[in-house]
Amino acid sequence: MQAQDTQSNKKASVLADLEAVRSMIRRHKFNDLVFASIGLVALMIGLLTLLTLFIDLVMDGYPRFNMQFFSDFPSRRAGSAGLLSAWVGSVLVMAVTFLAAVPVGVAAGLYLEEYAPKNWFSDLIEINVSNLAGVPSIIYGLLALGLFVYGLDLGQSILTAGLTLGLLILPTVIVSTREAIRGIPVAIREAAYAVGATKWQVVSDHVVKYSQGGILTGVIIGMSRAIGETAPIITIGALTFIAFLPPSPVTDVAPYLNFEWLSSGFTVLPIQMFNWLSRPDHAFHINAAATGAIIILVTLLMNGTAIYLRYKIRKNIKW
Amino acid sequence: MLNNITELAISPRLAKNIRRNVKERVIELILMLAALSAVFTTFAIVAILLYESFGFFETVSLIDFFTDTQWTPLFEDAHYGIMPLIAGTLTTSLVALAVAMPVGTIAAIYLSEFASHKTREITKPILELLVGVPTIAFGYFALLFVTPLLQIIYPDLPGFNMLSAGLVMGVMIVPYIASVAEDAMRAVPMSMREGSYAMGATRFQTALRVVTPAATSGIVAAYILAISRAVGETMVVAVAAGQQPNLTFDPTEGAATITAYIVQVAMGDLPHASIGYQSIFAAGLVLFVMTLAFNIIGYVVRKKFREQY
Repeated sequence: MQAQDTQSNKKASVLADLEAVRSMIRRHKFNDLVFASIGLVALMIGLLTLLTLFIDLVMDGYPRFNMQFFSDFPSRRAGSAGLLSAWVGSVLVMAVTFLAAVPVGVAAGLYLEEYAPKNWFSDLIEINVSNLAGVPSIIYGLLALGLFVYGLDLGQSILTAGLTLGLLILPTVIVSTREAIRGIPVAIREAAYAVGATKWQVVSDHVVKYSQGGILTGVIIGMSRAIGETAPIITIGALTFIAFLPPSPVTDVAPYLNFEWLSSGFTVLPIQMFNWLSRPDHAFHINAAATGAIIILVTLLMNGTAIYLRYKIRKNIKW
Repeated sequence: MLNNITELAISPRLAKNIRRNVKERVIELILMLAALSAVFTTFAIVAILLYESFGFFETVSLIDFFTDTQWTPLFEDAHYGIMPLIAGTLTTSLVALAVAMPVGTIAAIYLSEFASHKTREITKPILELLVGVPTIAFGYFALLFVTPLLQIIYPDLPGFNMLSAGLVMGVMIVPYIASVAEDAMRAVPMSMREGSYAMGATRFQTALRVVTPAATSGIVAAYILAISRAVGETMVVAVAAGQQPNLTFDPTEGAATITAYIVQVAMGDLPHASIGYQSIFAAGLVLFVMTLAFNIIGYVVRKKFREQY
């Protein structure tokens, strides 16, 4: 009788323990689930903000989404003010930025990855590249103000703005070039050397060729950053009220190219937006919203293309 | 040299080789010059900031610069105390960090320890997209969306305030923290997680008590890099936090940051080499030193965690 009692007691206590353990596991699993949901929410905050921001801009700015907004100059009256000088300015500045940053950035990336010997000198360059990536953009504006605008006397011109943004995105282009190059197996280079190619032949015919996609990705990301940059352009003293277009780069008389536009005054999309945004009159805020929606759309499209390209390249690589 | 050799009538093949070698050297030199542009840029930044600030400090003593509590370089009664601008910069940055640190860390833990491969593939590009959004757009959002929203809860909030600028900046910085901290967590060896699981720990316990402590230095580095971003951020604060230097740490007030001051002065027409012109370089120098210090600390801390395993 007594033995039976202890046995059933034991059984009960084991069952109770088991139940305790099970409830503990359930609790812990529940904690896992709770944290996973919190984590997902934390991740989504960024996306939700972006969505809210974009919808807000589109809803505020939709009265201005028409062709006239793109073909009108800025004006004192909000309703007839347009983006013409701003988008033309952005396109021209981007052209200079592209021509300045891409050759220099790719060349620097090639040097660091393929040529640079392992010594203090190469380390110095590398430290500078990674340091420059962390310098606030407005500091580049001060550099340009002191160096390009007054030091080299280039003035507050399209050339100055393009070179400034070129310097700004240089680290992005260098880093992405290096990453793209690093993915190419040594065997490819060795094969080329084995048939008698010189270093430059290996680099230009093989290394550059196989890393084109990766480099392009970096260039697109850099350019999309340059389009939206406001602070450095304001700092060099870009005018905000530009009711004229720079001289056309293409003419109908020989030599058909004209470089006067480089020294022309200008405005760009984000500056125009900032100008409208800093006015107290709400009617101008509508213009700012419409401009903001356009800038976001352009940068999102560019970034999206870059990310898609990178994904594609990663999938298609077959060495 | 080349001429001498051809004069000696060495075989054309050798001459061709020499030409080829010279070409190779020239190309290498050109590429090196391109790489040196990065070094040149750094030196140019430092040189210009120092040069123009030097002119500024000929008029203003360093003691005034750091102890005066007013910053009014463009007024009749000019004061040159940088402290109000630093206070504004720190306050907006702290508000931003208060948002970005918890959200970024949780997002990083989720990405590294909980998310499936597929979730990660989808969400990481989204974070990247967020980084790509121009900051002027976030400025609009802070001024005309977040501030009115906050004014519903807190009606006394002025139209320009550091709170909404800081909050929006915080969301902007989340991706930076998330991606650096996630890298640090993924660098923690799998065996440590397996050890923890083998003892019966759950994912959450492993993440919180094994992975996070092991990745501390990387996570701290992420925070420091985020501070550097926040301190240098310009358009959001220039648009939404106000342009009035104000020595306060109260985020519900408006105040100018260092960056907002530079923008404000650059918008006006200042004569070259005037004290106002020089003052933006002095302010820029302070900003540059602050971000550089944070970047270096972040870099050192990050290096350290990489060496641990």
